[in-house]
Amino acid sequence: MPAKPKVAFFDFTSCEGCQLTIVDLLQTHLGLVNLVEIVQFREAMTEKGEDYAIAFIEGSCTRKSDEDRLRKIREQAAVVVALGACAHLGGVNAMKNRWAIENVQTYVYGEDGKAMYESYEARPISAVIQVDAAIPGCPIDRFEFLHLVQKMLQGRAPKLPDYPLCVECKLKENACLNKLGKPCLGPITRAGCNAICPTYGDGCEGCRGWIPEANFDEMREILRGHGLSDADIDARFTMFNHYQMQHMGDDAPVTTTVSPVKDEPLPTSTFAAPQEEPVR
Amino acid sequence: MTENIRVNVHHVTRVEGHGNIVVDVRDGTIEKCELQIVETPRFFEAMLRGRPYNQASHITSRICGICAIGHATASLRATETALGVELSEQTRLLRKLAFHGEMLDSHILHTYMLVAPDFLNVGSVLPLAVSHPEVVQRALRMKKFSGDLCQVIVGRHTHPIAMTVGGFTHFPSRQELESLREQAEALLADVDATVELFGTLPWPTFERETEFVALVQDDEYGFIDGVIGSTDGPRVPISDYRTVTNERLSAHSTAKHAAFNRDSYMVGALARFNLKHEHLHPRAAAAADHFGLEPVCHKPYMNSAAQVVEIVHCVDDVIMLIDTLLERGVEPEAPAPVTLKPGARGVGSCDVPRGILFHEYQIDENGLIEEANCIIPTGQNLGNVDLDLRALVPTLLTETEDQITLKLEMLVRAYDPCISCSTHFLNVEFVGK
Repeated sequence: MPAKPKVAFFDFTSCEGCQLTIVDLLQTHLGLVNLVEIVQFREAMTEKGEDYAIAFIEGSCTRKSDEDRLRKIREQAAVVVALGACAHLGGVNAMKNRWAIENVQTYVYGEDGKAMYESYEARPISAVIQVDAAIPGCPIDRFEFLHLVQKMLQGRAPKLPDYPLCVECKLKENACLNKLGKPCLGPITRAGCNAICPTYGDGCEGCRGWIPEANFDEMREILRGHGLSDADIDARFTMFNHYQMQHMGDDAPVTTTVSPVKDEPLPTSTFAAPQEEPVR
Repeated sequence: MTENIRVNVHHVTRVEGHGNIVVDVRDGTIEKCELQIVETPRFFEAMLRGRPYNQASHITSRICGICAIGHATASLRATETALGVELSEQTRLLRKLAFHGEMLDSHILHTYMLVAPDFLNVGSVLPLAVSHPEVVQRALRMKKFSGDLCQVIVGRHTHPIAMTVGGFTHFPSRQELESLREQAEALLADVDATVELFGTLPWPTFERETEFVALVQDDEYGFIDGVIGSTDGPRVPISDYRTVTNERLSAHSTAKHAAFNRDSYMVGALARFNLKHEHLHPRAAAAADHFGLEPVCHKPYMNSAAQVVEIVHCVDDVIMLIDTLLERGVEPEAPAPVTLKPGARGVGSCDVPRGILFHEYQIDENGLIEEANCIIPTGQNLGNVDLDLRALVPTLLTETEDQITLKLEMLVRAYDPCISCSTHFLNVEFVGK
């Protein structure tokens, strides 16, 4: 039997929920740790090795100073896999890209604190380094991860479905939420999660990214039919896919601003920022 | 006697998020001693601006993969308070059940997989699986139960699906609840074995008097709603949370502090135990006795022991909650209605695994969020961690740097820091820039 592949996990800007999902997978598939050698997994272990062949990366890149760390991982790893929506798409982190960085820094940390927190436009890791495969989702589906690891151990390339979530919903015999008057982005979202959100009564939010040639105009019409405002529909299109919308330029199917407005004034609210003096 | 000590633990492992411990002792004097947070800021509060109110809980659950249900719950309570939503009894019971699932999952992960390796002299849970397979298998069994519980109620633990403003979008079947109850009963042997294992560990006895803050309720050891309690006395309504957290920039540094009645306070399992131990279920109270936990306990390492006490309490409470739900029956019900008006404000609070959490929103008449604030437990604890480190280091000067490093790391880990949480870090100093 050939040597076990050495695997490492890395996290950038994220909630670390995808790595936790992998820890959860071990509850039922503990044998997985015998098939690979995990040399780095900071969230779960202290031991650390640098000779990995496969790198799983969770999180978006949201600051310039993280780019070098990403490039070093790319130099070492034969295979780089983006783990989850933040790494794959930019994910929820990119919602802040609507404003200039100074705007969000000021809102959260105040006039005096803003300079302490380095940040730039949130982006998927493929915007910084070449990525060989992605496991979509927020969080990832643990069985899709398992499937990808199996494929890689067999030396085969994993392939993502390019059909919409609706296919999986039909196979599960779920009632169509859009037909029930509940907003669902299933018709334009890539399948692979077994339609978990509609199965639990909540419309798809697009965390796996869009299918090729998604019909955004028709999707908007369906959502308008549910009584949603265009601002609400834009918010849905950009919850996990803000970065994509931003980089579609004039073709972006949104009615509101997704990129920073030139000379937009800084927020003056101190709602979230710390106070100069104690409140008490 | 070591006169000069330099400890620089870059990226503390087995914690959620990125933190460094920096200690600099010269000629026996502490020059520097702090937990530095190097996590990237995420700006969730800023990004909520302009978003529909019913997206907020799904966005803010993404603050933290471990406390996803906790953030979703605090977020929903803030929105519901702002929009005058009255919850049904069924909704409250189901929310409590989901919350227990997360509490159990987080505490089992932390005590078994992140804390126990230190006491059993291994670097992580992986060698532990070789040296103590029965321990790891028990932990995985217990974690699986927590995950199954979350799945039945809200679809999954990270990130919950079926919780929505005013109620739920999915309801557990009678069969699912009965099956969960059976699993919970079967878990009691594992719960007992957990108390036994952690009762044998040599908990460090370091002690420093401080203030503890947690949500308190009249008649239960609860985690959602209530009033803010302090071991220094005062009770404060949730809506006045700013008078407790006092998040501010200090005059002569760029660091931020939270302080209520003293220079710092501690939140989390130990704070909850100290403030409402009298409401623990009998089996959990017996576990506390077994660990020698007595209120008010000022030993921060015992936070992990208090987490084990809460594991015992939550499993018993899950059984009680399921019995109540089975008795009254679970019926699908539409979410309670909201009332939109200009400038609606509300605060939501719950006591998540790591301590008290606050969300506050202002929502306009179109249902769009105008203002948002989130104050996380780890942020509130950081000031207390620093003061503990300062008190602990002088007692360790005769030990080797490896021993000192381990004890400092164990202290930080005892707080169960969840520093990927996006917002408001206290005592922050960026290194490596």
